[in-house]
Amino acid sequence: MKKTIAELNAIREKMQQSMQMRVNDDSRIRVVVGMATCGIAAGARPVLAAILDEVNRRSLKNVTVTQTGCIGVCRLEPIVEVFEPGKEKVTYVKMDENKARQIVSEHLVNHRVIDEYTIGAAK
Amino acid sequence: MEDLSLSVLDISQNSLAAGARHLRIEVLGFPAKDLLEISIEDDGHGMRKDFLERVTDPFVTTRKTRKVGLGIPLLKMTAEMAGGEFSIESEPGVGTCVKATFRYTHIDRPPIGNMAETIVAIIQGNPDISLVYKRAEGQESFEFDTETVSAALGDIPLNEPEVLQWIREYVEENESELEAGSKKETVI
Repeated sequence: MKKTIAELNAIREKMQQSMQMRVNDDSRIRVVVGMATCGIAAGARPVLAAILDEVNRRSLKNVTVTQTGCIGVCRLEPIVEVFEPGKEKVTYVKMDENKARQIVSEHLVNHRVIDEYTIGAAK
Repeated sequence: MEDLSLSVLDISQNSLAAGARHLRIEVLGFPAKDLLEISIEDDGHGMRKDFLERVTDPFVTTRKTRKVGLGIPLLKMTAEMAGGEFSIESEPGVGTCVKATFRYTHIDRPPIGNMAETIVAIIQGNPDISLVYKRAEGQESFEFDTETVSAALGDIPLNEPEVLQWIREYVEENESELEAGSKKETVI
């Protein structure tokens, strides 16, 4: 089926209703994907795409996904950082599409950090 | 970089870091001329002549985390290895245009890759900029403009997951129509 601009109007109407239901800012989880040359070359773009896909599919309204430049440990890219309010930052390293999807379901939904993917576990 | 769409994403990050509000990306294939042309044009703060002259050197960067900048030298190398050329023009206060050409059929010319995912990644990180993406293959071409999408969406930001999904599918669909169309062309 051919994509049309009219579909955007439908999205707009739907969104305008749900925008008011957004969770307020102090309970939002922020997910940051490193998107500099090092990250992109190591596979950050499919990681970002996988996170966006999972967040969309699960309709996670309390998650904000953003991008950043070089985090400084290029050999461990792709890197994903998770900021939960009131908790310490968790840095996931050597991500791939599959691991990224697991992080959405385990960490963002069930609030369980996947220790084996964190920078602390990386050699 | 594995494919050219990743290089486009990488070079675009420079534009965005330079405060660009408008970005124009073109990926133009001319198989009959054995030419593939990629350009990324922005209205960011531009570069002074002395920096511009050194910017293809990997040991030049504005970044603070590391002393090596690889994005531009990588694309330059890729273009030159595939029988093409690389150029970069910039003017402080006006913007920058990066252009790379390749011999279309050269064995070292990387595939174009997934441009839809690159466009989505740029918009996701920068929902307030205006982006035009032009893609051509032989006589076939299409243009995607975020202004059209914004006009239909009103105050809904472009980086809402459902909007990004729409953009991805829209670009993918046009890309595959383009490829199908250009194949038909070569058969004739």
